[in-house]
Amino acid sequence: MSLVSTHGLTAFYGDFQALFGIDFSVEAGETVAIIGSNGAGKSTFLRTLTGLIASPAAAIRFDGREIGALAAHRIVAEGLAMVPEGRRLFPSLSVEENLAIGAYSRRKGPWTLERIFTLFPILKERRRHPGTALSGGQQQMVAIGRALMSNPKLLLCDEISLGLAPVVIRDIYDALPGIKAEGTSVVVVEQDVGQAMQVADRLYCFQEGRVSLEGVPSELSRERISAAYFGV
Amino acid sequence: MIGWLDTIVQGLLLGGLYALFAAGLSLAFGIMRLVNIAHGDFIILAAYLGIAIAEPFGINPFLCLLVVVPAMAAIGYVLQRGVLNATLGQDILPPLLVTFGLSIIIQNLLTEIFSADSRGLNAGDIEIASIPVGGGIAVGVLPLLVLVTAIAVIVGLQLLFTRTAIGRAFRATSDDPVTAELMGIDARHIYGLAMALAMAIVGIAGVYLAIRTSINPTIGPARLLYAFEAVIIGGLGSLWGTLAGGMLLGVAQTVGFRLDPGWGILAGHLTFLAVLVFRPNGLFPKTRDR
Repeated sequence: MSLVSTHGLTAFYGDFQALFGIDFSVEAGETVAIIGSNGAGKSTFLRTLTGLIASPAAAIRFDGREIGALAAHRIVAEGLAMVPEGRRLFPSLSVEENLAIGAYSRRKGPWTLERIFTLFPILKERRRHPGTALSGGQQQMVAIGRALMSNPKLLLCDEISLGLAPVVIRDIYDALPGIKAEGTSVVVVEQDVGQAMQVADRLYCFQEGRVSLEGVPSELSRERISAAYFGV
Repeated sequence: MIGWLDTIVQGLLLGGLYALFAAGLSLAFGIMRLVNIAHGDFIILAAYLGIAIAEPFGINPFLCLLVVVPAMAAIGYVLQRGVLNATLGQDILPPLLVTFGLSIIIQNLLTEIFSADSRGLNAGDIEIASIPVGGGIAVGVLPLLVLVTAIAVIVGLQLLFTRTAIGRAFRATSDDPVTAELMGIDARHIYGLAMALAMAIVGIAGVYLAIRTSINPTIGPARLLYAFEAVIIGGLGSLWGTLAGGMLLGVAQTVGFRLDPGWGILAGHLTFLAVLVFRPNGLFPKTRDR
């Protein structure tokens, strides 16, 4: 049974329909990438999974439970954490406090402050700084660490490479094996198709609120991907 | 000369009461950007609650804090979850209108139940006790107690915010309620707790006010004004600033009263206006952009 699955998931912003029947699943231990152009519904999909956008109870199954109708703050406690787009660190909290607040739901698991500092050693030096005083890449590390502190079974990463230098993006993606080693499944939303194909076991392409392509990266040709990506 | 020194000391002590008025207001604004127009009326409500408990049973007013403070906290939580949470959003007008309505309701309810007569709490000898501090100046035990309480409340809040997990949750929710939800924080519950905390402080302020002076159901809005002025003088978002703002307001008023008994309140307002003109962000602004 899948760790998370959706069947015919729809999402609305008021009258505007953003998602049209998304069928999606992630197996335990799997890394899945979602690619697609701006406005394809990738971020909306993640926001729906985390409960920030309401959906019917049965629309989302996670770890054998129907979680669609749960409020966002309850879904974290079920083991589903998100690294939001734009990092969204808390400006009045220090790096260490930003990480600590990730553990607010008190889920048991392997991740502690010390483990995060082992994963991203630079954060240990900067622990007393305000979260927003760090460089973009370091802020992204804090955002990932903060999500890990809730000891999730599934980690959702929304555009974690956006606006970062290639060398910094590599540093951040280098942490992925360490995260997967703890048995955490990962979903990455990426605009960078090459990056997504490298890390993913499986890949979904979204286009205009629908899944336009699904498959294993090594079995997908460039032509099929660009057709699904651009809709040509 | 000693007379002036005495005036300033008495003003600082009065400032303790204003800081207590202001702390709850500052807290609610700081955490949920909610301006509670009924804040002053809640202070008076707490005072009457104290009177209703202390008078019939002959209980010491300080002991009735044990009932008034938790009762006000409970009112605050229920009010926030039941009414005020629904008013929060991008628009700042709904909370203003709703709390303005609450202000009118509370004043009328209190007049209906307690009449418009002035009332007060009698704390016995402590009300007139004083400690000579030398140079012909004496410090009243009660005003000193109020000031010490105000400082204790502000130190307590500061520790709560910086040292505890729930304090971190308060600050995170204040920064960004949506992302706080992603951390497992129930923002609506946090807002309820913040209002409970603000109202607990209102409970202390109300009982102290009724011990210190006589009250009637219509004096709430003026207390709100003093609280506002203390918060703005001190700088929004700064708890120590609020204490300093309360004290400056207290000193301005007592100095004004000394110059001419009709000028006291006006002197306070003028000081407030002067701060607005020369330091619009207050004396101790928290330079944090949102």
